Amino acid sequence: MKIKVIVTLKNGVLDPQGKAIQQTLNGMNFGNVEDVRQGKYFEIVVKEKDEKKAKSLVDDMCKKLLANLVIEDYKIV
Amino acid sequence: MRSSVIIFPGSNCDRDMDVALKKFGFKNQMVWHNEQAIPKSDLIVLPGGFSYGDYLRCGSIASKSKIIKSVIDFANSGGLVLGICNGFQILTETGLLKGILQQNKFLNFICSNVFVKVKDKQNKYFKDLKKDVLELHIAHNEGNYFCSNDELKSLEDNNQIAVTYCGEDGTENEKTNPNGAIKNIAGIFNKNKNVLGMMPHPERMIDKYLSGEDGSLFFKNILDNFK
Repeated sequence: MKIKVIVTLKNGVLDPQGKAIQQTLNGMNFGNVEDVRQGKYFEIVVKEKDEKKAKSLVDDMCKKLLANLVIEDYKIV
Repeated sequence: MRSSVIIFPGSNCDRDMDVALKKFGFKNQMVWHNEQAIPKSDLIVLPGGFSYGDYLRCGSIASKSKIIKSVIDFANSGGLVLGICNGFQILTETGLLKGILQQNKFLNFICSNVFVKVKDKQNKYFKDLKKDVLELHIAHNEGNYFCSNDELKSLEDNNQIAVTYCGEDGTENEKTNPNGAIKNIAGIFNKNKNVLGMMPHPERMIDKYLSGEDGSLFFKNILDNFK
């Protein structure tokens, strides 16, 4: 089963890459871009048929490796 | 004093560290990350570089490697663990040190000499060090130290801030902060101060003709405090 995870920086944590992307978009005449936050996306294929179990496994992976909870939040989608 | 330098795939300051340690009299050994046990040591060093190509987050993959459990056990039993640059990033990812090293504020890789102020001398690294400001070298893309306000307060309350970026005269402000690190932090300790992580490279400052000798002071001081 494939589980998808999005990891983003927490609100309030400086995201200089997002800022640079925003400024570039503004410079490309996308003047209405107010903010950009950059994140990471994972597709994890787990040997598990039960969705709940698979998601709980991935949740554990997020806490232990995929996200650093000091600055990042994760969402299993 | 016996030391071990751990080598990860992508470490690139391991041999400089080996040269530096041996120059001042450490009996140093190199240990591959896939080993499980560390030879008897008084100091373990996690060197700089780009372990595992900085994949996922700097230091995150190395922090789960086979050797790390022994490093954590050694640290928890009071052994001296020093992480330089990528080694500092690995230490934060293991949880031995608080916080995280984020990308530099202005998105640039910084390679330059900096001055750092020694903020605490009640520890085995800096006790009785003759200087308060050291000239060291930094080379990193992710050295922007960050932690939560609560963690920062606890670092300050327990004197766990080891070194901060400053000017030659010791002034700490935004101008002397190369990477946006919170409170100019360049290095921190764990609570017991046996684990030290810092971005600057003392091993690059051990020759008066090539660089400077403030790194020499640092290594000699560790040895002096061990005697």
